[in-house]
Amino acid sequence: MIYAILRRFGQMLFVMFGISVIVFLIFFATPGSDPAARIAGRNASPEVLEAVRHNFGFDRPLYVQYGLMMKKIFVTGDLTSFVNRGWKVVPAVLDSIPVTLSLVFGAAVLWVVVSIVIGIVAAATRDSWVDKLLMALGLLGISMPVYWLGEVMNLMTQSRYHDTWLFSWVPPLGYKNFSDDPKGWFLTLVIPWITLAILYIGIYGRVLRAAIIESMQEDYIRTARAKGLSETRIMLRHALRTSLIAFVTLFGLDFGALVGGSALLTEVVFGLHGIGKLTYDALQNLDLPMIMATVMYASMFVVVANAVVDFIYILLDPRVRTS
Amino acid sequence: MMLSVRDLRVSFRTHEGLVRAIDGVSFDLNEGEILGVVGESGSGKTVSLLAVMGLITDPNAVIEGSIRYKERELVGLPAKELRRLRGNEIAMIFQDPMTALTPVYTIGWQIAEQIRAHKRVSKSQALERVEELLAEVNFPNPREAMSRYPHQLSGGMRQRAVIAMALSCNPALLVADEPTTALDVTVQAGILDLVRKLRTTHNSAVVFITHDMGVVSELADRVMVMYAGRVVERGSRTELFSAPQHPYTRALLGSIPPLTGEKPRRLPAIPGSPPSLLRLPEGCAFGPRCPVNYEPCRTGKPTLGDGGHAAACFRVQA
Repeated sequence: MIYAILRRFGQMLFVMFGISVIVFLIFFATPGSDPAARIAGRNASPEVLEAVRHNFGFDRPLYVQYGLMMKKIFVTGDLTSFVNRGWKVVPAVLDSIPVTLSLVFGAAVLWVVVSIVIGIVAAATRDSWVDKLLMALGLLGISMPVYWLGEVMNLMTQSRYHDTWLFSWVPPLGYKNFSDDPKGWFLTLVIPWITLAILYIGIYGRVLRAAIIESMQEDYIRTARAKGLSETRIMLRHALRTSLIAFVTLFGLDFGALVGGSALLTEVVFGLHGIGKLTYDALQNLDLPMIMATVMYASMFVVVANAVVDFIYILLDPRVRTS
Repeated sequence: MMLSVRDLRVSFRTHEGLVRAIDGVSFDLNEGEILGVVGESGSGKTVSLLAVMGLITDPNAVIEGSIRYKERELVGLPAKELRRLRGNEIAMIFQDPMTALTPVYTIGWQIAEQIRAHKRVSKSQALERVEELLAEVNFPNPREAMSRYPHQLSGGMRQRAVIAMALSCNPALLVADEPTTALDVTVQAGILDLVRKLRTTHNSAVVFITHDMGVVSELADRVMVMYAGRVVERGSRTELFSAPQHPYTRALLGSIPPLTGEKPRRLPAIPGSPPSLLRLPEGCAFGPRCPVNYEPCRTGKPTLGDGGHAAACFRVQA
């Protein structure tokens, strides 16, 4: 068991190393472009260019450049963005991590709980009007783009109905630190959580319903009925458990991607300065050091999320344990 | 009489019309008796016994007739009361032990689950009982087997675990649906021994579904042969094997290779294939494949007469 975990950890490190090399090569070794000029920004003076060139080791071999970059990100943490006049990149990333984590984690709790309930209820009432209604609502949730839904939410909670009893509790947009103001943190995030979760509730509810209906056809469900178990127990103990495997796979992919920056649209709409927003701004300015750092951060989360999924598999399905 | 089935009919509504899978099946079963149900695939053996178990969950199924278990009518019994019988007084063993157990729970957990569904016992008492049961079905190391997952056991082991599960509440009636079909011959013998032992120790009645005439001749007290959803012949084992009446039964027996003497180069087979339940032939369903069919077989449907040994065949009744 410990060996398996260590091996998985080694694989994670290897994948992250590969990602860092590829990203580095794309931005720093593309033929015909001078990374120093890119980093220094437009209209940089020859002195600045020279300083950048020296600082990042562009006058030395590629592997030294890569080493220097990794050292700046992970060891000294003094990677500097010239485009943004000396902004320290690593603290900027570290500051935006809790924002994105708060947003995605809360939304994930919401969508997992709600979609499991929806999946079970829809599968149990298969083909009835309840099932059809839930699946139609799910499709509606999937169809609403997050930027549009977010704006509508803002319109309702921030202006139109803000002064009614319904939404008067909603604070202005922005992020509040959990450590400073837990209640404010929670209240500002409720609407973004719901907005982000709605899409995933639709997808996950439908996926889970299909998986449960499929496992209800299995022979072992017939055995469970022959044992004289109640339908509720058959559903929760026998059908759901095996159906969660597809659900967990999907969750690992989505959660990793969202934490890695895919929650951008939600972040922008609700004025949350998270990783997505940071990456987006960096790409706008071609801020190479910042791109490098955020991509490394994103890849780390995707890889970690996938490793966590693998461990959940082991808990859910004993057949994975022996192999 | 423990189980009495009268004129059982099971039909399924399909796009192509009503399919009658079981068409008027009647049989009785006494305590401690083993009834062998024989027939080809699709002859309705499994469906008729699933109906007895109340396990036909297809919303398009229509079940008519009467199934009386210990003076209680099972057809139309509320699901909750049926559930109290199922697994407790009436248990079932399924054909494929590979898929009959939930893959994510240990054997011990799954058997204890059934015990706790019917008896008011603590978890540890249930697990003690599981250990006894596994020993009873000849697990060499029952305590260890309890913590095994289904995929860690061989097919024979799994089928024994399934049997232990079926026996967990000392059922008065056990329905075994081809329990040996998916297993090696040596393992088969062990399973048949278990079924026999169950009859002697618990005085349980057993319905044993199979398409293997050899298994029937070893195990059953009485035999019922099914074809296209109907019973074509019934009788005691000796009656049926020494003096088969229905041409279908005779053909089935003819396709067993003899143990002594010269073996035929080719085993005789029954020509043709079982009819589609959607398009049953006029008259006797076996008529088109029957070597001795004549005029009456094409128009009327032969019925099974009364009496211990009877065949639904105009030739026999004539």
